[in-house]
Amino acid sequence: MNGNRPNVGIVIVSHSPLVARGTADMVRQMVGDSVPLAWSGGNSHGELGTDARGILNAIEEAWSDAGVAVFVDLGGAETNSEMAVEMLGLPRSKQVSICNAPVVEGAVIAAAEASGGASLTKVVATAEELSP
Amino acid sequence: MGLIEACRATIAANSEHLCALDRAIGDGDHGTNMRRGCEAVSAEDASVSALPLPDALEKIGLTLVMNIGGAAGPLYGTLLMEMGRKLRVPDEERDFPSALKQAINAVARRGRSHAGDKTLLDVLYPVQDALAHRLPLTDIARQAELSAELTAAMRAMRGRASYLGDRSIGHVDPGASSCALLTTAICRYLEEYRPV
Repeated sequence: MNGNRPNVGIVIVSHSPLVARGTADMVRQMVGDSVPLAWSGGNSHGELGTDARGILNAIEEAWSDAGVAVFVDLGGAETNSEMAVEMLGLPRSKQVSICNAPVVEGAVIAAAEASGGASLTKVVATAEELSP
Repeated sequence: MGLIEACRATIAANSEHLCALDRAIGDGDHGTNMRRGCEAVSAEDASVSALPLPDALEKIGLTLVMNIGGAAGPLYGTLLMEMGRKLRVPDEERDFPSALKQAINAVARRGRSHAGDKTLLDVLYPVQDALAHRLPLTDIARQAELSAELTAAMRAMRGRASYLGDRSIGHVDPGASSCALLTTAICRYLEEYRPV
């Protein structure tokens, strides 16, 4: 936390539970525990895939009143994340951004930015600079 | 046998085929994913069947989202959930073609896809068109099958297949194929049971 202001939360979504967990682990080790962080990987059976309810739970877990930035790997991860954001409902769904950035580099850079107390818009913009 | 069971059975019977199509241009799990989704809906058959149609459609949609575990989950889920929502609107609840059209548009928005992108939309649009023109059920089913086959000539613009670029040409899209299978199963079922 930066003063009394909450830091933006980070959620990592991958088709692979190992990639999602590994990325979260990397973020934690590099940025420390100043940002709310959660991951969702694999389908509801733990196989490769993505799970809208699992993603929803991860967003809840990393929830911050400053908003949450979500990092996704391939196709279904993005669509299922959008579904999860809708299920979160208004007004909170307005405070979640699915970032167009590589999942590992994006999450680390976003978390570093978030740990300094940056706004959701700034956190997302910094991560998205990684994408051409 | 009910409609849900008819859909489950056709996906189960073709699950391997759908996986094979998906292995060619995707990640190879479309059959498994669709099968898991249909089985989850099937497990709720009794409670779903007791609901009014709009509620049943929304519940089936949500179950598919929660259980398919791939991009097909949100796409099929959106289709059914939107149909349910549209059919709940007073004065519009009997306009099935219009509800389907709006639901298909929602799927297109969800997947940020258009006709010709080699997706399930390339079956849904022609089916909706056939329905709007009140073609007989057998013709709608044939239209769905033909439309799925036509995706073979298309270059994938969305999903994992799009990374293959031109190499995606020559393969039928798995999503279009599952959509045609389901459409055919539904048409056959309606043909047989002729609801009023």
